[in-house]
Amino acid sequence: MSLHAQDDPALRAAQEERLRAVWKPPSGLFLRWTDTNNNRVGVWYTLTAFGFMLFAGVLALIMRTQLAVPDNDLVSANTFNQLFTLHGSVMMFLFAVPMFEAVSIILLPQLLGARDLPFPRLSAFGYWSFLIGGVFVSGSIFFNAAPDGGWFMYPPLTTRTDLSGLGADIWMLGLSFIEVSSVAAAVELIVGVLKCRPPGMRLNLMPLYAWYILVVAVMILFAFPPLIAGDLLFEMERLLDWPFFDAARGGDPLLWQHLFWIFGHPEVYIVFLPSIALFAMMIPTFAQRHLLGYPWIVLAAVGTAFLSFGLWVHHMFATGLPKISLAFFSAASEAVAIPTGVQIFAFIATLWAGKVKWSTPLLYASGSLAIFVIGGLTGVMVAVAPFDWQAHDTYFVVAHLHYVLIGGTLLPLFGGLYYYWPLITGKKLSDRLGRTAFWIMFVGVNLTFFPMHLSGLEGMPRRVFTYPAELNIGWLNLASTAGSYLFATGVLVLVIDLALSPTRPKAPRNPWNAGTLEWLAHPDDEDWGIRSVPLIESRYPIWDQKDFVAKVDEGRFFLPDAEEGRRETIITSVLDAKPVSVIRLGTPSVKPMATAVALGAVFILTTYHLYVLAALFGVVTLAAIVWWLWDTAEVPEKPEKPIGHGMHMPLYISGPAAPGWWAMFITMMADATAFSGLVFGYYFYWTIHPDFGAGFDGPGVGGPMLALGLSLGGWAATLAAREVHARGGVAAARLMLLVGGGAAGASLFAGLASLSGLDPEANVYPAIVWVLVVWTVVHAAVMVVMQLYTLARSLAGRMTPAHDADIRNITVYAHFFALTAIVTYLTVGLFPETGL
Amino acid sequence: MRRWLKRAHRLRVTLWTLIVPPTVWAVHFLLSYLWAAVSCAKIGEWALFPTVFAIATAVALVIIVASGLIAWQQSRTPGDPPPHNEGTDIDRLRFLAYSTLLLAGLSFIAVVFTALPVLMLGDCR
Repeated sequence: MSLHAQDDPALRAAQEERLRAVWKPPSGLFLRWTDTNNNRVGVWYTLTAFGFMLFAGVLALIMRTQLAVPDNDLVSANTFNQLFTLHGSVMMFLFAVPMFEAVSIILLPQLLGARDLPFPRLSAFGYWSFLIGGVFVSGSIFFNAAPDGGWFMYPPLTTRTDLSGLGADIWMLGLSFIEVSSVAAAVELIVGVLKCRPPGMRLNLMPLYAWYILVVAVMILFAFPPLIAGDLLFEMERLLDWPFFDAARGGDPLLWQHLFWIFGHPEVYIVFLPSIALFAMMIPTFAQRHLLGYPWIVLAAVGTAFLSFGLWVHHMFATGLPKISLAFFSAASEAVAIPTGVQIFAFIATLWAGKVKWSTPLLYASGSLAIFVIGGLTGVMVAVAPFDWQAHDTYFVVAHLHYVLIGGTLLPLFGGLYYYWPLITGKKLSDRLGRTAFWIMFVGVNLTFFPMHLSGLEGMPRRVFTYPAELNIGWLNLASTAGSYLFATGVLVLVIDLALSPTRPKAPRNPWNAGTLEWLAHPDDEDWGIRSVPLIESRYPIWDQKDFVAKVDEGRFFLPDAEEGRRETIITSVLDAKPVSVIRLGTPSVKPMATAVALGAVFILTTYHLYVLAALFGVVTLAAIVWWLWDTAEVPEKPEKPIGHGMHMPLYISGPAAPGWWAMFITMMADATAFSGLVFGYYFYWTIHPDFGAGFDGPGVGGPMLALGLSLGGWAATLAAREVHARGGVAAARLMLLVGGGAAGASLFAGLASLSGLDPEANVYPAIVWVLVVWTVVHAAVMVVMQLYTLARSLAGRMTPAHDADIRNITVYAHFFALTAIVTYLTVGLFPETGL
Repeated sequence: MRRWLKRAHRLRVTLWTLIVPPTVWAVHFLLSYLWAAVSCAKIGEWALFPTVFAIATAVALVIIVASGLIAWQQSRTPGDPPPHNEGTDIDRLRFLAYSTLLLAGLSFIAVVFTALPVLMLGDCR
């Protein structure tokens, strides 16, 4: 197909017809929900997260009403505990993080000129998991069973079943499930940014939003797994009475605080950076010029991401850790102000140097920066440990965190809503209502939260359901309550504006005259994403590249057709975005939803201690995953296809060039991080006990070494299978897979055998040994499943030496499995020598 | 020295080299934290200062400075005209190198920040 061919309107119409047919969404009462296209799943995701935000906002209003006057009795102390716990948990887990994922699922393919993200079904799976887990956790308050231990769920209050009821389990298991969906989204977004950029979009031409998304998704990989590890220990204590956080039996509640805040502090930046990323898209548009200091923004994003992992102990300043430890974290907490400030200055400089078009989204952006900076300044204050000791657990901290989160996440998202609404619906929102809402909210936020600084300094503690009149903070609280209702009114105006949108006429295409790719979207958009995948030569192609929009629309760039009736997108190289291949994307299917339902059942049934049923659904989940996977990595009907301009791209790739390989690698990074959280636990206990493990039977040396040998055998056999398979030795590879499966399976039994005689309920030492070994043998079991799956693929003719994605991907898993086995068995077998 | 810096131009630049300086900060930070935690718990004092900690800090700073120097050289690769915002090989190299240089600066400051408390606090109270 030459450039010439696209001059023919009939050809273009035929191509469009084919694309339309391929990307036709499923219809029907049920089937429409099996859609996987990012433009639908992203919108469901966004609306659901928005709904959870409104719900949590109502909870906050009830709290503020209770606190309006001293000694109020609108709600009981118990209900109040549920209210603040659920408010925090829902805002963080069901609004802020999912909202970032949701917005990215909508925007990222458009920003990258891709037809869709590489794993559309994974996005759908993430959405359904989020919905099920979210409804489960939020709904609990209607049964008076909501979690009530604060959004950080500190043990021992929450681990003792006589002190906190089902709510703690609902929190742990419901939100663990949501953490799974967050990790799924992170995998999708990282692979999307690295591998699905349009040809020519080198790293230095990438929209800054994509940089932020890449950074944040990587942060999720390292932040969420420690919490998953903590959740695991937590539930083991609640359900099985293994004493990880019970000081009487050698446990330590502080371990939970460490694991929680290793997640919890980066979390703040995980929800802040994507919102600031929206500014990086809006500000050039309204300044009508390129953003100043592109590498400085990258510095800010990457620098913040790293430093944010060195801040967690500043939530634990009051726990009695050595001052020297506190000082390290205090230092890092101050250092993180540097990159945060850099990006704000870059935005101000861009506006300064540009021709500013004052608009509603920009109003939200500048207003929220003002609020955020106030929160940042109090942040610098509480980062100083001696000040923090005074302010800790008072309303000062409540004021600080709300300034940060409302200025850094919520208001920017509202700005983004006004900016991107035309992209998604084709219609603009009302400037008048938008500005009215902004000013009401702006005043409301300050009226609600500024007095809290004072009530905190006056000594009002957090999380109390009432306070005595003698404290003389009644008027401050009344002001806060009035402010919160004002703020809610602003949100209501915004919701009314959204509700009126269907009655309004369509806006012109690219109404803000933006320069980035996502504004190729047409008000009457098609489902195919982008008409042809463009060649990128600038950071702002719509502004800088000649006839860019017309060329895209006329299919003059790459992949303008769907000849084989398949959904496709182009895969490019990581650094320079050179086209590597064309991949076939997942189509609408019930599989993601079914898998999410099955996995959700495992978590929910476990909450109610219905272990047999939960195990049954575990098997169903596994079956659903295999059923889902069986269609993937399909052998194409021809080795390559033309993508236009005389270029031919392979339809099958494997190894590090392929998105599937990257997805496995990234997932396993998250898995390894969770594992390191458990290992941290082991050494943490060793640190705090002068004689860790003394007086209790250990697993000995022989058992763990045997299990280690067998695990490494399973790894080596998988590696050997990959190598001989690549050289054409199909039969030998099958044999090696069987041998590997046998070895990994035997390691499972050897690992479990080494645990005999260890009573995990007696002390934390046997308990943590149990957890490490069980973690490892579960990985051995998954290894066996993978080896058998790969064997089955080979026997079914779905894997051949030229099409070997399956075995390459499971080898990545095998490497991580070997690493896990080495660390576990060396740790439990050789460490500690008693007497250390 | 100049000859060494010239060689820097030929080194490969990837996303992995971009994160070398902050990774060094992370390793140094984790080391400091674990060292303090273990020494305080097991020995009851911040025991092995100053020698080993000082050496670790110096090593971290040297690596950061070295990667910064290499990045500085690469960020000045001649060839294309300013403002270096184009999709060319050289501009992409200059971008990654310049970002690495900035990260090296931030990481240097952060490592110094981490080391400072040790000058002032010598025990485990």
